[in-house]
Amino acid sequence: MSFWTNARRAVLAVSVLLALQAAALADVNTIRARVEALATADFAAKEAIVSELAAMGDATAVPALRAFGDGDLQLRKSDGKVVIAVRDGKLYRASDPITGEDLGEVDRKLLDKIRVNNNLRRAVRAAIGSLTLLSKDPGVRRQAAESVLKSRDPGAIDTLDEAIAAETVPAIRRLLEQAKAAAVLQTDRPEAEKLAAVRVIAERGDQEAKDILAAVAASAEGDVKTAAAKAIALIEQTLAMWAAVQNVWYGLSLGSVLLLAAIGLAITFGVMGVINMAHGEMVMIGAYVTFMVQELIRTSAPWLFDVSLVIALPLAFLTAGAVGVAIERGIIRWLYGRPLETLLATWGLSLILQQAVRSLFGPTNREVGAPSWMSGAFDLGGLTLTYGRVWIIVFAIAVFALLVVVLKRTAFGLQMRAVTQNRRMASSMGIRTTWVDALTFGLGSGVAGVAGVALSQIDNVSPNLGQSYIIDSFMVVVFGGVGNLWGTLVGALTLGVVNKFLEPYAGAVLGKILVLVFIILFIQKRPRGMFALKGRAVES
Amino acid sequence: MKAHFHTKLAAAAVAAGTLFGAHAVSAAETIKVGVLHSLSGTMAISETTLKDAMLMLIEQQNAKGGLLGKKLEPVVVDPASNWPLFAEKARELIAGQKVAAVFGCWTSVSRKSVLPVFEELNSILFYPVQYEGEESQRNVFYTGAAPNQQAIPAVDYLRDVEGVKRWVLAGTDYVYPRTTNKILEQYLKDSGVPAEDIMINYTPFGHSDWQTIVAEIKKFGSAGKKTAVVSTINGDANVPFYKELANQGIKAEDIPVVAFSVGEEELAGIDTGPLVGHLAAWNYFMSVDAPENAAFIKDWQAFTKNDKRVSNDPMEAHYIGFNMWVKAVEVAGTTDPDKVIDALIGVTVPNLTGGYSAMMPNHHITKPVLIGEIQDNGQFDVVWKTPGLVPGDAWSDFLPDSKPLIADWRKPMSCGNFNTATGKCGGKGS
Repeated sequence: MSFWTNARRAVLAVSVLLALQAAALADVNTIRARVEALATADFAAKEAIVSELAAMGDATAVPALRAFGDGDLQLRKSDGKVVIAVRDGKLYRASDPITGEDLGEVDRKLLDKIRVNNNLRRAVRAAIGSLTLLSKDPGVRRQAAESVLKSRDPGAIDTLDEAIAAETVPAIRRLLEQAKAAAVLQTDRPEAEKLAAVRVIAERGDQEAKDILAAVAASAEGDVKTAAAKAIALIEQTLAMWAAVQNVWYGLSLGSVLLLAAIGLAITFGVMGVINMAHGEMVMIGAYVTFMVQELIRTSAPWLFDVSLVIALPLAFLTAGAVGVAIERGIIRWLYGRPLETLLATWGLSLILQQAVRSLFGPTNREVGAPSWMSGAFDLGGLTLTYGRVWIIVFAIAVFALLVVVLKRTAFGLQMRAVTQNRRMASSMGIRTTWVDALTFGLGSGVAGVAGVALSQIDNVSPNLGQSYIIDSFMVVVFGGVGNLWGTLVGALTLGVVNKFLEPYAGAVLGKILVLVFIILFIQKRPRGMFALKGRAVES
Repeated sequence: MKAHFHTKLAAAAVAAGTLFGAHAVSAAETIKVGVLHSLSGTMAISETTLKDAMLMLIEQQNAKGGLLGKKLEPVVVDPASNWPLFAEKARELIAGQKVAAVFGCWTSVSRKSVLPVFEELNSILFYPVQYEGEESQRNVFYTGAAPNQQAIPAVDYLRDVEGVKRWVLAGTDYVYPRTTNKILEQYLKDSGVPAEDIMINYTPFGHSDWQTIVAEIKKFGSAGKKTAVVSTINGDANVPFYKELANQGIKAEDIPVVAFSVGEEELAGIDTGPLVGHLAAWNYFMSVDAPENAAFIKDWQAFTKNDKRVSNDPMEAHYIGFNMWVKAVEVAGTTDPDKVIDALIGVTVPNLTGGYSAMMPNHHITKPVLIGEIQDNGQFDVVWKTPGLVPGDAWSDFLPDSKPLIADWRKPMSCGNFNTATGKCGGKGS
């Protein structure tokens, strides 16, 4: 009895397995046929194929779809086979789009890329989302849920139900429910269900939620419309609050850039009193050093790329510092006490440096990449903070702190302050004032070079890089108070925040003008800036 | 490097010619062609390339035997991105060097500053860059795109293919973006877009802190309607703009950006990985699959001795303009400006996208309009193309003041701003 039952069960199991396998095989073949068809279809037909693949609900198609969306799905001209081809050095490595089997290396000329456009990329993202909702990897599931939330595809509702039932991670479960709600709102399901969906979306409370609800409010009627409108009003309140916080953050971020650009000038202009119009070019030199370091790393040691900026920092400091010392020894030391000549000479020098870099590196922008730890963003409440900006703020503060320590706690800092406060007295105390001058100028320039490393991450690396910062730098130093590092810090951050609060209301152009007017008025009232130096040093 | 060598060589030749008193002979044996592009200052980034392209075209023409049996001689001057200096250098080229034609300028303000000089000394200028239109001058030939050859088709593409309903018009604060956006705003309103679905934003030259504006675009885009950005942001400001877009995670699938001033050359300074799918509208892309283009790129990379050197749209404009000028001089049998200006109208030459471009009576040319998507290798993939050639329209049909104006430099009209409403030459109000 039991033997027969077992045998029958075994037979049954085997035949079911076989049938499943056959079905799977058929599926694989249809998927392959569909993928192959992508090669010859036009954009509209490609879109139809993608939605067909999504409707099949078989995750086998995911690698092919992903490659298609990324532009890696290519036609091998020799035999007309569709392959996934990824750049590998000079050649492309081809693999089968369904099985992933390695098909060897192919020359680029023998491949024809299967073209995609934005509509297709959107469709592919949605398709991959609905196909990977049941994936074992929680990271993939989260991404899938986010994609479906964006695509709001009603066709995915059944899969979403299945996924919600199976989900064990609460955060992903919530995301899946939101995705389902977004999809439900696109259908003509009963009002009660839609109202529940509006509630689920409203809980999200961010811009994405507002986007979804705004679409609902525009198209729906009756209770759903009012519920959506009410939810939008609530979300807008929270968003407005976050917007204020965001402005402060943007202001600090702009302030930190200003601080970096100005802090070297705070030494050369603030402490030494040299009007150095070539200051911006020191920043530019720092940026070009970064470019050269990255270029070297790219060609000879690619694995070092993530630390390229760390390597560039000391080099930029030394290069810009050396140029600074050379400028001081060659030009500025002959012009102490003659501000107008210094101004003209350094301005001419800045043009010479720009043109020199232009002749050496060419007039076009150079590409400086962002290391992985500086790219991307993360969400903090309603804020989106980009890693690059966070690091620049941290870096600016670190540079500032270091400079304060050098000035206040080292022998060199002491000599420097002595020389700037009373040159003759310092000299008679045995300080070699000329060397202190040169080194101070070198320090200021070196710090500007370090700033260039950071600015290469957010701005163009071109010969004109420095020009755009020179006015702002002077503004910060004068506003903060000449000869005072703390003044520079507070000045930079204040100007940054003020600028960013003005920008949304006045626009970028008018905002900048208003800031300038504000500074002019401020200087009328307090000619020595926010933190004026007091005492005898001022008189000289 | 080679280009510099050439400039020096040309300068040396001129100097030697003057020194040895062989001036008359050299003037008789060569036809001088002026190249008026900034080699220093802010615009050098874009214009140096065009200078090199001109030197290559002239060298190629000389290899083919020159023009009218004479060799062409390039005369390169550097207006240093300084607008008044453009006028001075133009005068030096025309009056001092007696060039037969000038190829140059970039930005409308530089063109406007040399206009009176070309009018006064009666010479010919080929202007190779897309511009805001609203101009047609007897001595100038506009080989770049007018707004209807770039901006309007781009907006059509976004609206019809990508289903965009909400628009951000973002630009640098100067004449080209302001005029283009005025035209686009009117065009969008005419096609039924309500005013609250259009956001216009201007930024100063070289703007580098885009955090607030990108956040605003994001906010504007979350109103339940498909949103796109139409960017007339110029030059250097683009790199930080695109970097900020990438950082804040705005993908082309969500909010596409279509740019009118971003080409292969501008993308050279950015990692384009995160920008895939953002768009540009031009009349030429380096990736266009045409035999003329392949040959041109091969020559260009050989000439610059750099196999990574990219080509771009204004270079194609110079290619077309130069060939048109050569053809017109051959037809006229002389380099006399009046005869060449008349002969240029109607001249048809191959462009680099596999078709032909013709010079129209309004001194603009016919071009195809291409929409390209940025790829991760810094190139563009053409995703859409106008079915035929689009003739450049000097006076926009979407600005009430310009609507009745037409330009036709053929006799008997010979007018750059003929008012069809009043039947008089002289622009609006006449």
